[in-house]
Amino acid sequence: MTTPLLEVQDLTIAFPTPGGGSAEVVSELGFALPPGGSLGIVGESGSGKSMTSLAVMGLLPKGARLAGRIRLAGEDIAGLPDRRMRAIRGDRIAMVFQDPLSSLNPYYAVGFQIEEAYRAHRPRATRREARRVAVEAMERVHIPDAARRAGHYPHQFSGGMRQRVMIAIALSTEPDLLIADEPTTALDVTVQAQILALLREIRRDTGTGLVLITHDLAVVSEMVDDVVVMRAGRCVEHAPVARLFSDPQHAYTRALLDAVPRLDDEVGELRTVRAAAPDTPREGER
Amino acid sequence: MTDTAPLLTARGLVREFTLRGRAGAFGRRPVLRAVDGVDLDLYPGETLALVGESGSGKSTTARLAARLLDTSAGTVEFEGEDVTRRTGAALHRFRSGVQVVFQDPYSSLNPRHTVERIVTAPLTYQGREVPGGARAFTRALLERVGLDPDHSTRYPAQFSGGQAQRIGIARALAVGPKVVICDEAVSALDVSVQAQVINLLRRLQREEGLSYLFIAHDLAVVRQLADRVAVMHQGKVVESGDRDAVFGAPEHEYTRTLLAAVPRIRPEWEAARRARQREREATA
Repeated sequence: MTTPLLEVQDLTIAFPTPGGGSAEVVSELGFALPPGGSLGIVGESGSGKSMTSLAVMGLLPKGARLAGRIRLAGEDIAGLPDRRMRAIRGDRIAMVFQDPLSSLNPYYAVGFQIEEAYRAHRPRATRREARRVAVEAMERVHIPDAARRAGHYPHQFSGGMRQRVMIAIALSTEPDLLIADEPTTALDVTVQAQILALLREIRRDTGTGLVLITHDLAVVSEMVDDVVVMRAGRCVEHAPVARLFSDPQHAYTRALLDAVPRLDDEVGELRTVRAAAPDTPREGER
Repeated sequence: MTDTAPLLTARGLVREFTLRGRAGAFGRRPVLRAVDGVDLDLYPGETLALVGESGSGKSTTARLAARLLDTSAGTVEFEGEDVTRRTGAALHRFRSGVQVVFQDPYSSLNPRHTVERIVTAPLTYQGREVPGGARAFTRALLERVGLDPDHSTRYPAQFSGGQAQRIGIARALAVGPKVVICDEAVSALDVSVQAQVINLLRRLQREEGLSYLFIAHDLAVVRQLADRVAVMHQGKVVESGDRDAVFGAPEHEYTRTLLAAVPRIRPEWEAARRARQREREATA
């Protein structure tokens, strides 16, 4: 058996509460991703999916307590000192977030920002080499007229093009693992389709591993090999994509799938998650 | 449906925004035409969905139809009367008939006001008396939208997103409107909560005969709620018709592109899951 690219074991993340106690936002989570594999983490807000991705990146907010193991190609990176984590983050693991506008610096040309990200991990690279890498990365994500566009500022790009720039930054160091946290949630549906196609193409061409975090079941069904369904910090179901969608085992997964409105479906009362999984008391709601 | 008169009608709606920046030739500033000649008819008891991507002009159209924004050209009629230039008491009368539910429940509810004050505010603004007193009125309203009547004295922050949106719906219903304009009213909600709010909107329509002008970018949600659909692109309605016609046999190129872009769970997986579900329900 080959060593997994990413292996998460018994991951628990907790935050101290004002009363002196602590609140667990992720509990005993475990999954593994083979080299070049793809995994989707789906859940509703508060399920702990984004905290999980931040933990893998070593970007948990201050005060968070982390237990368990996170192994990257066999090496435990959970709780690694900042300095060492910085060397891994953006190099072997890269991340794409939901909102490209707040991830880009409005004062610098996008080409320069790709160069900077590259040079941070390749200190010996020359300006000229970094410039070449930046333009190549922009070409790889199909930004037309890349050499000229490299000199443009973030506000001169549309939302979809900005997300392409973010993906170009992520790819510039040829990472082993790409973590995409709701990468298309803020985009229009036609632009979303283009970005998802781009991510598929990149995986096919480079063999980069992908962890896709999303609330959108249809998106995850089109993108990954395996799916983890999270709820209230726990994994409720972990299965290959075909099995999860054709034969879901857990009542919550079934309820979630029932609640998704569909394009090509008979129209009727939508089943609600509460009806199938009565153990979600929500104060005052009936 | 076409033999009755429409409740709300828009004819040739145009809205232009003057862009900031340097004036061009002859001192003219650049103008953006966000809505460019839109016609709409909303009939009693139906849901008309206005769909499109960001920048298509659908939300601006909703605001023009709700008289929250003045038109640059065109007319809005409610129950056969031109309301395009109404002000003061006449505008209040229009607002008693047409209400709006917004996307983000938290930013559209005053955080410092109790639920009771929030949902009775439209009546207060219009100088109308609250029938049966504020307390009893609020309790009855909360009941209608599926909230606990005992929570009338709470503040918006004490509710979940889905509950807060129910408060937004309760506020819209307070004046007894015939038309509710829902501007991305379920877009910010988690899928399970979204399903509940969609079901609530349906129930209210069934029980009270409301008409909805439903603005949304999510085509799957629209498929579940709308009777008729109008597709907007670059300020214009490019296609409109009965839901099944628009979704089943779209005529305009843009509608086809939009529908093709929606991510889908594979039909064979869906079929297998449904078959298993039916089996389970049969043996249960």
